[in-house]
Amino acid sequence: MIKLEGITKKFPGLKTPAVDNLDLEVKEGDVCVLVGPSGCGKTTTMKMINRIHEPTSGHIYVNGKNVLKMNPIKLRLDIGYVIQEIGLFPHQTIEENVATVPNEKKWPREKTKQQVDEMLTLVGLDPKIYCRRYPSALSGGQRQRVGVARAMVTNPPIMLMDEPFGAVDPITRARLQNEFLRIQERVSKTIVFVTHDIDEAIKMGDAIAVMREGKIVQYATPNELLSSPANEFVANLVGRNRSIKRLHLIRIREILNGIARPGPATLDMPLDDIRKQIEKSDIRAVMIVDHDNKFKGIIGMNELKKNTGETAADYIHELNQLITEDATLNDALSVMLECGEGYVAVVSENDQYRGIITLGDLLNVVKEEA
Amino acid sequence: MKRLIPINLVLPVILIALGILIVVYTANNPTDSLVARMLSYTNMFKALREHFMLMVVSMTGAIIVGVLSGIMLSRPKLYYLGRVVENIVNIGQTVPPLAVLALLFVIMGIGFRMAVFALFLYSILPILRNTFAGIINVQPSIIESAKGMGMSPFRILTRIELPLAFPIIVAGIRTAVVINVGTAAMATFIGGGGLGDLIVAGISLGREMVIFTGAALAALTAILLDHVIGQVEKGLVRWS
Repeated sequence: MIKLEGITKKFPGLKTPAVDNLDLEVKEGDVCVLVGPSGCGKTTTMKMINRIHEPTSGHIYVNGKNVLKMNPIKLRLDIGYVIQEIGLFPHQTIEENVATVPNEKKWPREKTKQQVDEMLTLVGLDPKIYCRRYPSALSGGQRQRVGVARAMVTNPPIMLMDEPFGAVDPITRARLQNEFLRIQERVSKTIVFVTHDIDEAIKMGDAIAVMREGKIVQYATPNELLSSPANEFVANLVGRNRSIKRLHLIRIREILNGIARPGPATLDMPLDDIRKQIEKSDIRAVMIVDHDNKFKGIIGMNELKKNTGETAADYIHELNQLITEDATLNDALSVMLECGEGYVAVVSENDQYRGIITLGDLLNVVKEEA
Repeated sequence: MKRLIPINLVLPVILIALGILIVVYTANNPTDSLVARMLSYTNMFKALREHFMLMVVSMTGAIIVGVLSGIMLSRPKLYYLGRVVENIVNIGQTVPPLAVLALLFVIMGIGFRMAVFALFLYSILPILRNTFAGIINVQPSIIESAKGMGMSPFRILTRIELPLAFPIIVAGIRTAVVINVGTAAMATFIGGGGLGDLIVAGISLGREMVIFTGAALAALTAILLDHVIGQVEKGLVRWS
């Protein structure tokens, strides 16, 4: 847990403070994103936590300990640190780079080696290939990975990241963000993450602190930020397409239970029953499962009207618009748009039927929370 | 890549062979008795030995003092002083070596020690300047990430700044050595001995062979040392 109380930072020669009487609390295991325009004090705020900058006044607590009274070297050894320029040491191999903190902590060599290999594997770099290389032989994306591996190698409970994915192309950035989220899900560290990119903030953050002129304008979850921005500044920052952005945040699993719809049919049901069920349905079709609730296909009103068969098995056909529960509402929307249908069927990973989501459901969600 | 001694030995061997050839040839084929006396093996080795002593003693001192003061001036607290010193050093390097010798002669008199001191002073300048520049030009982001990960200032200096500045420091030492070899030839004017003895004696007696021998040996030494230091640097710096 990280707690900032009444933090002010004045740089000599500047009239306005870079950070002005700021309070912030980051819960354990949360990713707290500091976001705002250039010069809003977000980086300065972050760098006071490991005392790269000393606050002019105020208190900082990390896990209940007063940071300003600790030995800064010891403090920093237990806080992972990644900066935008990455700052890999060009004269050291990747292995030596990643082993920086273990070496400072005087870990035994085998333990260090093992941990370095594990970390490199975790960030997707094969230790056998990359250990002996120098940073100059790596691509930008690979360097970012090494930077993250180096910061996490001793498994510090807290990480500070200053635009860690800022210096790579958009495609690589998205991939690194996804990988990072995947890793964070496993390690759940307390992270302070600085960015100027609101989309990155929404994607990465459990909590977002929007900053302006050294103050926090709004501190909220991504969803709250999008649904109820505190003022015009925040609203402008998150942009006009807030609703679309919010669809990114909500997973299908979260809304599926709240939707009441008639259940699926099985193939051995009489055709009349199936017809009745379709008539009740708002999508004019019914999903078909077997007795183990495994998804089989769909029967639509149009096929049934043709009267070409005797049993349900004669009418069933495959459905393309399938999606898993873990996908976001935005994923569901794009599947619908691609297939040109107003609904998708939700299935689990082993094809168990979970329900359907319609365009109307998406509208309801956006409306409800707006 | 995996060569144990990553030094290209071809050029040094050629240079040394050339030096030996010159020494042996001139010693055995003097144009007259005066030349024979000046270019005897004893006389030539004495001049060479003195020349090397001048260089080794003055360079050792200059490297120690130059690197240490360069490091000190690069520390944040002395940074502005470092900038001032850097400018003074740049001006100092434009003063011709002969003028330095003459100036010191007035203050300190003559002799080998005096010559060593003059060479020492003159050689500090490029070493100090390059050490300072090499350290303060390390990318700030590298220093910041080292600091942010919990390295102490001393560890940052020894593990990050000095290794990164090493090629530039060595370049300074190379410059200093080349200047040193040339300037040491002037030590003769203040009684410092060395290969300059041969050159000056050759000039005053009008014996070209003596001038040539002294000058050639000094030149070969300069090329040899420059090459060796360059190779050592290449062997030690594998990352660039």
